[in-house]
Amino acid sequence: MVIDTQGLSFNFGNQQVVKSLSLQVPEGSIYGFLGPNGAGKTTTIKLLLNLLKTDQGSIRVFDKDLQNDRIDILSQIGALIEQPAIYGHLTGKENLMNRALLLQVAESRVDEMLALVHLKDAANKKAGKYSLGMKQRLGIALALLSDPKLLILDEPTNGLDPNGIIEIRELLIRLVTKYKKTVFVSSHLLAEVERMATHVGIIDKGELLFQGSIKDLEAISQPQIQIEVANTVDAANFLKKQGLTVNDISEDHLTMPFISKIQMGEINALLNRNNFQVFAIQKVQKDLEKLFLDITQKA
Amino acid sequence: MKGFILSFRSEFYKTRKTMAFWSAVLLPLLICLMLSIGFFGNSEKLSNLPGVMLWFEFAAPVLVVMGSFLLPMLIVFQAYSVNNIEHKAETWKTLFSLPISKWSVYSAKYVYALFLVILCLALFVLFTLGFGNLLGIISPGLKFNEGHIESTLLQVYFKLLLSSLGILSIQFLLSLLFRDFLKPMGIGFVATVAGIIMANVQWKYAYLFPYSAAMLTVRSLRGDNRPNDGGMPHITVDFFTKDICVSLIVAVAVYILGYFIVLKKSVK
Repeated sequence: MVIDTQGLSFNFGNQQVVKSLSLQVPEGSIYGFLGPNGAGKTTTIKLLLNLLKTDQGSIRVFDKDLQNDRIDILSQIGALIEQPAIYGHLTGKENLMNRALLLQVAESRVDEMLALVHLKDAANKKAGKYSLGMKQRLGIALALLSDPKLLILDEPTNGLDPNGIIEIRELLIRLVTKYKKTVFVSSHLLAEVERMATHVGIIDKGELLFQGSIKDLEAISQPQIQIEVANTVDAANFLKKQGLTVNDISEDHLTMPFISKIQMGEINALLNRNNFQVFAIQKVQKDLEKLFLDITQKA
Repeated sequence: MKGFILSFRSEFYKTRKTMAFWSAVLLPLLICLMLSIGFFGNSEKLSNLPGVMLWFEFAAPVLVVMGSFLLPMLIVFQAYSVNNIEHKAETWKTLFSLPISKWSVYSAKYVYALFLVILCLALFVLFTLGFGNLLGIISPGLKFNEGHIESTLLQVYFKLLLSSLGILSIQFLLSLLFRDFLKPMGIGFVATVAGIIMANVQWKYAYLFPYSAAMLTVRSLRGDNRPNDGGMPHITVDFFTKDICVSLIVAVAVYILGYFIVLKKSVK
């Protein structure tokens, strides 16, 4: 395991924000650390980087104890915590040069990173004048600068436009598949994590509710078909008579379990043939809230 | 040690284009320049002064301002600036997650603030001597070339440096703990005013208050600054007075205390 925590707990005053967390992040994985805002994700990341003192439990990274081998461990980690920490009065390139100086990384690596995150043209612009997306990309470049074995990224796609999100996702997948890195990435978006993670940990109110591979998660988070139809109650009754399962009915749509695309097409045709006017039919994922309900109800 | 040197170089790299660094250069330059212009305008009146007296007349206004207010407030500003750069960019979390010991990061920042104070005071000495000699050349009536105060001036400024170390440690720690500009600046301002008053009313325990040390240093010079038998002023600089000892003890104690606070502190 690259990250292995046992019974990790942390309090802010009287409030326990991380409760007996046992994370297991395998080598070569993209570990999606999923949870709503305020669930304890950033606090956990700060504990992993030794920025907060652990109240209880242990943290092992690369099979070493974080308390005893702090510097050795940190030398193999690149991190982006919350919004990127960038000196606004320095240019993008100077921000990287400063970090390169501290980490004793060659200047050529700075140019490589600027090219990687598409900031070459803005390299000499003051970082304070960057857009949120550019700052986020610079933050990722800073995290990658030392070519670390483990990347810890806290909501790295925050503030990025769809193109930027896709780029970051592809970059992370490439880092893991091609360069054998391990990525620990937090997010509050289930869809985002599902698209890139190999492993998932779900945290809410400081507690780890689920941990496992993405396949294990998919078993819980079954996709559904959402059908927008003229008369939802009649349509639902009709479908039930055909031996199909209807999960939920609302005024303007009904939901059913998704089995396959072909079956979805058949349902559409069936409804149309029987004079139920279908306005829209689509595959949807459960949102995070429903997934939490499922997981907590199972537990 | 390597971590310390890298962090120190990074401090310079980060601040080299900011007022934190340039205030240490511009302040002595502008003050000495203004003083020189004043002297040049009054060169006729001052031309009957002998060389050494002329040098003392030239150096004294800066020293009085330094001791009374400028040096403590400069330190308050510089200690704030080197820490504020991290508060503003929210980079503490990055600094303390680098593979560099917390001691190196903390010490490099402290020593950099100290370096700025030393740089500023060294430039005051350099510009005082430089502008004095320049005035002697462009206005030959001013007999700067007939006297020398290099060694005395160095000693006085060195003592001022020692007197400022206690304030530096306190202000450094306050600026590190509070991101809010008003707290370290407000406390520094009030303490400086209190220090000046204590030194000026000659309160017998003023030496225990580090913010009085600069004023006490300047006042101690005044005592000796009377013409001796030869009509020349005579200054002896006693480095290890009670106020300097207190300043040094406070500097070391608060510096160490600050390190333990940094170790225990959660990085937001």
